[in-house]
Amino acid sequence: MSDKKPKRREFLFTASYAVGAVGVGAVVWPLVDQMNPDASVKALASTEVDVSTVKPGNTITVLWRGKPVFIRRRTQEEITEAKSVKMEDLKHPEKDEDRAKDPEWLVMLGVCTHLGCVPLNDKGDYDGWFCPCHGSHYDTSGRIRKGPAPTNMEVPKYEFVNANTIKIG
Amino acid sequence: MSDHDYQPSSKLGKWFNDRLPLLTLSNHLTEYPTPKNLNYWWTFGGILTFCLVAQIVTGITLAMHYIAHSDLAFASVEHIMRDVNYGWLIRYIHANGASMFFLAVYIHIFRSLYYGSYKSPREVIWIIGMIIYLLMMMTAFMGYVLPWGQMSFWGATVITNLFSAIPFVGEGIVSWLWGGFAVDNPTLTRFYALHYLLPFLILGLVVLHIWALHVPGNNNPIGIDIKKPSKDTVPFHPYIVIKDGFALLMFMIVFAFFVFYSPNILGHADNYIEANPMVTPTHIVPEWYLLPFYAILRSVPDKLLGVVAMFAAIFVLVILPWLDTSKIRSAVFRPLYKQFYWILVADVLILGYMGAMPAEGLYLLVARVATAYYFIHFLVILPILGFKEKTLPVPLNITEPVLGGSPNLATAKYKESFDK
Repeated sequence: MSDKKPKRREFLFTASYAVGAVGVGAVVWPLVDQMNPDASVKALASTEVDVSTVKPGNTITVLWRGKPVFIRRRTQEEITEAKSVKMEDLKHPEKDEDRAKDPEWLVMLGVCTHLGCVPLNDKGDYDGWFCPCHGSHYDTSGRIRKGPAPTNMEVPKYEFVNANTIKIG
Repeated sequence: MSDHDYQPSSKLGKWFNDRLPLLTLSNHLTEYPTPKNLNYWWTFGGILTFCLVAQIVTGITLAMHYIAHSDLAFASVEHIMRDVNYGWLIRYIHANGASMFFLAVYIHIFRSLYYGSYKSPREVIWIIGMIIYLLMMMTAFMGYVLPWGQMSFWGATVITNLFSAIPFVGEGIVSWLWGGFAVDNPTLTRFYALHYLLPFLILGLVVLHIWALHVPGNNNPIGIDIKKPSKDTVPFHPYIVIKDGFALLMFMIVFAFFVFYSPNILGHADNYIEANPMVTPTHIVPEWYLLPFYAILRSVPDKLLGVVAMFAAIFVLVILPWLDTSKIRSAVFRPLYKQFYWILVADVLILGYMGAMPAEGLYLLVARVATAYYFIHFLVILPILGFKEKTLPVPLNITEPVLGGSPNLATAKYKESFDK
């Protein structure tokens, strides 16, 4: 057999496989991507909440993108407690100032970073939150202190539209 | 196989069989030589086939009334329970059927562990079985989400969040699984579609499982290779058919007891509360058949490692044929393995109990010890035991110990006869 013939055949094989792979990929991707969040889900991006009735020491829970958001009006003791924690004692070090723009208001996703349960208010060893599912303890700044959760409860993007209204998202 | 030369007796049968050899297949299945010493632990294959068919039949009928939408699903299940003719019966059979399916599959798996059925030349049967088991767990999990109760919702949240432990791509995968930012309607509709699909994949794998079984033939309680057909075998029909049928009847009595007398005992009261994304039930527990794995997940204090340990617990089972180094199959002739086997059974039961208890204090400690032992059994004890264990003499065929009293005596006598 001459050298030329198998080379041409090999080229044809490789080219066919390559075109075939691109074709299969182009068909499979829409079938995979259809499962990602759709336009209607993404459209529900922000929620405005009236917080005028929340008293110090109370928490309200609102739903944002299908997830609960805790809005807590913290007492002075809670703020002091959150600010006095040393960074080296934290599993996921974050300053309280970075988590609560206005120290009186703590706004965060009420979702345990372990496996997504909703932690309970005013429970646990650190006067903050306690997750009943697998025993994670959070402090008054929503930071993980004890248990399997890897990170602090997430602070979403939010802003005060006016003194009584918080816009989440 | 012995039946390749089968010829149908009728002319029409021959005509058809030459074009599609279905009659050859049916002849193979009836004549299939089976070890004559199979005990009742071998009847669970048939029982499992029944369970799968029962789930598919009741599932398809439930699908005629169920509505997969987060606003309507919970109400449609109550509609099935209250309004649909015999809806309560069909749903209770389906819900308890899942538990019965797992009960049978656990007995089937532990049968295989005791008698060494996973060993050469049956590794492929075992691996197909493990894939079926994995698909069963996925199907059951997704089915449990469909009633859209509190346990459905939070079970779905916790299990899908397991994937968030994967570094870098975890969050993206979870969002892809959910079709949103939390478990919601898109999650429910896709789980419904997959819950409908997977049982048919299982059915296909069951066919492969049985096909792979029919190549070497059944293992048996003394775990020796036998000649087929021989005085050690009986035809599948009628001998095994009748035995399997009787065992199935006994099993159905247990099944019927749950369906008619305590249909909710294996479920959770919380699942009769409609899903509420704002409140997690105080004590989340998976269905009983997933509890040992759940205990392993919780006993590791790190999120990623906990998930890894849970999946590893299943993976060690998949590679079991290569972890067990003993050439002797049946625990009957492995005095040490027999003891470790029962310790493993106890260990898995303890893990199951710990999975149902809160993850704290003594429970957590015991769960950690039991988790460690689970892995030690498969990764340390089994590989070493094959080399260290002094096994008992194995008879040469099934008939011998039956005729000659105890297997050891029989072997001794057999050897004596050669010595003379």
